[in-house]
Amino acid sequence: MARMIKRSKALAVRPLKTGQPTGAALAFQGVRDAIPLLHGSQGCTAFTKVLFVRHFREPIPLQTTAMDPIGTVMGGEENILVGLETLAKNGQVRVIGLVTTGLTESQGTDIPRMVARFRQEHPEYDGTVHVVPVNTPDFSGCLESGFARAVAALIDTLLPQRPTLVEETPEETCINILPGAHLTPGDVDEIKRYSEAFGLTPLVLPDIATALDGHLPELECSPVSTGGITVEEIHKMRKAKATLVLGRSMEEPARAMEKKTHMPVHRLGGLMGMAATDQLVMLLRHLSGRPVPAWIERDRSRLQDAMMDTHFTLSGKRLALSGDPDGLLQWQFLLHEMGMTAPVVVSSTGNHALADSGFDTIKIGDLEDMEDLCRDGTTGVNVDLLLGNSHVATMAKSLDRPMVRSGYPLFDWIGGHTRCRVGYEGTRQSCYELTNAIVHGSDPRLPPYHSIYGSV
Amino acid sequence: MTPAEISNLLQESACEHNSPQGGGEKVGCGRLKPGATAGGCSFDGAMITLFPIGDVAHIVHGSSACAGSSWDSRGSISSGASLYRLGMTTDMTEQDIIMGRGEKRLLHGIKQVVNRYHPKAVFVYQTCIPAMIGDNIEAICQAAQDHFHLPVIPVDCAGFYGTKNLGNRIAGETMVRRVIGHREPPPIPENARRPGMIVHDINLVGEFNIAGEFWHVLPLLDALGLRVLCTLAGNARFQEVQTMHRGEVTMLVCSKALINVARLLQEQYAIPWFEGSFYGIRATTNALRSLARIIDDPDLVRRTEALIQREETAIQKKIEPLAARLRGRRALLYTGGVKSWSIVSALQDLGMVVVATGTRKSTEQDKVRIRALMGEEAIMIDEGKPEVLLKIAREQGAEILIAGGRNMFTALKGRLPFLDINQEREHAYAGYQGMVTLAEQLLATLESPIWPWVRNPPPWSFSGESKPWPG
Repeated sequence: MARMIKRSKALAVRPLKTGQPTGAALAFQGVRDAIPLLHGSQGCTAFTKVLFVRHFREPIPLQTTAMDPIGTVMGGEENILVGLETLAKNGQVRVIGLVTTGLTESQGTDIPRMVARFRQEHPEYDGTVHVVPVNTPDFSGCLESGFARAVAALIDTLLPQRPTLVEETPEETCINILPGAHLTPGDVDEIKRYSEAFGLTPLVLPDIATALDGHLPELECSPVSTGGITVEEIHKMRKAKATLVLGRSMEEPARAMEKKTHMPVHRLGGLMGMAATDQLVMLLRHLSGRPVPAWIERDRSRLQDAMMDTHFTLSGKRLALSGDPDGLLQWQFLLHEMGMTAPVVVSSTGNHALADSGFDTIKIGDLEDMEDLCRDGTTGVNVDLLLGNSHVATMAKSLDRPMVRSGYPLFDWIGGHTRCRVGYEGTRQSCYELTNAIVHGSDPRLPPYHSIYGSV
Repeated sequence: MTPAEISNLLQESACEHNSPQGGGEKVGCGRLKPGATAGGCSFDGAMITLFPIGDVAHIVHGSSACAGSSWDSRGSISSGASLYRLGMTTDMTEQDIIMGRGEKRLLHGIKQVVNRYHPKAVFVYQTCIPAMIGDNIEAICQAAQDHFHLPVIPVDCAGFYGTKNLGNRIAGETMVRRVIGHREPPPIPENARRPGMIVHDINLVGEFNIAGEFWHVLPLLDALGLRVLCTLAGNARFQEVQTMHRGEVTMLVCSKALINVARLLQEQYAIPWFEGSFYGIRATTNALRSLARIIDDPDLVRRTEALIQREETAIQKKIEPLAARLRGRRALLYTGGVKSWSIVSALQDLGMVVVATGTRKSTEQDKVRIRALMGEEAIMIDEGKPEVLLKIAREQGAEILIAGGRNMFTALKGRLPFLDINQEREHAYAGYQGMVTLAEQLLATLESPIWPWVRNPPPWSFSGESKPWPG
């Protein structure tokens, strides 16, 4: 059980938290021909767009209901209807994520009712354009929970109810994967590769690996997402053999899947580290009934070797972690296996998963808190390495400590969004990255001593 | 270098390998066995001995293989001068060799270095090809010295002359013959004088300041009023080497390689010498005591005892919590020569059990010391093949292998914790304070949680059946 320290300051300085609508917008990027429509003032959309464009270096389809003073006072229902119709009319859109923001949640907009009204007024889009309403106030939760809520809403809206388990025969080789927001396109790719190695066909919701992986689409420009899972594939998910839920933040979609399909749902925490990957491999082996492929065994033994090569540097190292809950939790197994500790853990939000984690103390707060915790009044900086998004870089410089980048946004690290940290190979590369950062950022050698007698 | 000169160096009279009293049976070092030889050549040995002299331009005369693959790869560090870290080579080409243009290239090379880097001196290292084709570096160096008005010292150390050890001696002899004795030490700085304290000058030979570890020791020598004229060659400067003939005592630090320097300083300048080590509490204490005893200044002896008392008490306190975690843990030590016993004593100071030690380069006297420390039954390993080391480690229940970096990957493939003790390492182990670092590094690998993960087979190998999940 970790000790959680709640926020005690009036101000968040150098904020760590990104709001829920941003997370929901990210989730819809992983659905083919989709566009999120953020119901709020246009700034919510603009900021989210800039954040993702800088992070992924990709065009990001995103629209806004552009709430103005009149809309705000009068309820803004027209804004939703006009926004939905404008997008639907375009012809390329198949899924619209109707995502609320702080403004419209405070106002109390009933978005399911608005979807129903849109359906009633525009029957011409039935069956061609799906509208998925998501409630994501940014005054609670964070990017990760907003992402999870969008996935739950996608399941609720797009997956047909399966009345009983025996009604349909499951597709023996299909499995569903619900990856959390902490997983990058590179991570999702690796998890798919593991599944396919056991002869399984993974249906990934959302699949940012085919959407935000930095590919060049045939069309020069597209108003909607150019990759991701299709609506047909989402329909097919009901017949899969089992569902793998990756990340503790994904509990809501996990429950939605159980309710809709009654299929076995396996919940996995982080997939960094040997034990965590062993668990995934054992599960895939169990689901497929197939032996573990040779390349996976090879990857495992490479990780073993890397653990030995890097333990000289990593043993006993003290890390300061910052991020959303799952982004933090995925590191805990690796830290444990390599003999590192995290005396400083700062999370954007608190949840039960964090409270149950192996971390000692978790501060719910911002990057200013992180800096204060890293500076010990008597001994100076008390950590060896900082981990977090690009905003941590300035702090790392002023604390004179190396950093490893992880989370959103990464705007000063080309390719950071595709980095794979999961599985045996991803873990191995993370061990190397931590080691190199520490080795290059510090010098264990003694500082020069000049003899009182000498000129040297 | 003539065969007679080489054989003279090989038959080092001060080396116990060659002395019947020390149990040595042979005369001179043996010949190399093709196909079964490990270790560097004479050029390697000479260069690693001298390159830490920081303000000297070290030019390697030869093809690119010699300097190209070896420059700036050792752990000796400097408090300021950084010229030594620049690899410099004449990088002889095929045309240079065919046309005999090597000497010209070397002369121009010296000019280039002098003009751009303004070194205090230039050392020119001879290598195989120019030695074989007959480049006269002696003459070139003399010409350059006359022209540029600064010392240009040839070091005749072609690789085919013999082993790395021979190269060490060539380097040492070159210093004694051409550098030492050419300058008087500067007066003691005014602000460093302390009333009633006579300052004594000492030499340290074979101290390389790996990872700056000598800076754990130097403050103690300062406190005792011992001025280090020069350490050959960690963090040394050319002018310091020139003053070594004025030392009152030479400490040969952990090394047989430069024994000829100690002997020649004794023969030519009547400077007594002894062999000691700064690894471990007991060894450091013994070294400080030996310095005081040989200098024979009663006040120095008194001050030394007081300092030892103070330092030992302080370090014991620091080490105790670490040693408690190391006590009784079993180590296999495989390292060359003197370190075979000096590190044993350091590990024992930490409460560890040394199950076996390498003795490939040790003398009979080294072995006597090993037996004194480890008992008559001490296992001595003469041959460092990976499979042999791992076999002995298993048989003796060793929990950690302590050896040079090149054995690291042997230990790791055997899934055995490892500590690097050689010249490339990054941690400072010398002196009293170094023991804390040593203990921390031992614990970092011994107590790492990775070992079960890397030793145990994957979970799916336990049975052929697919176990229900979660199992």
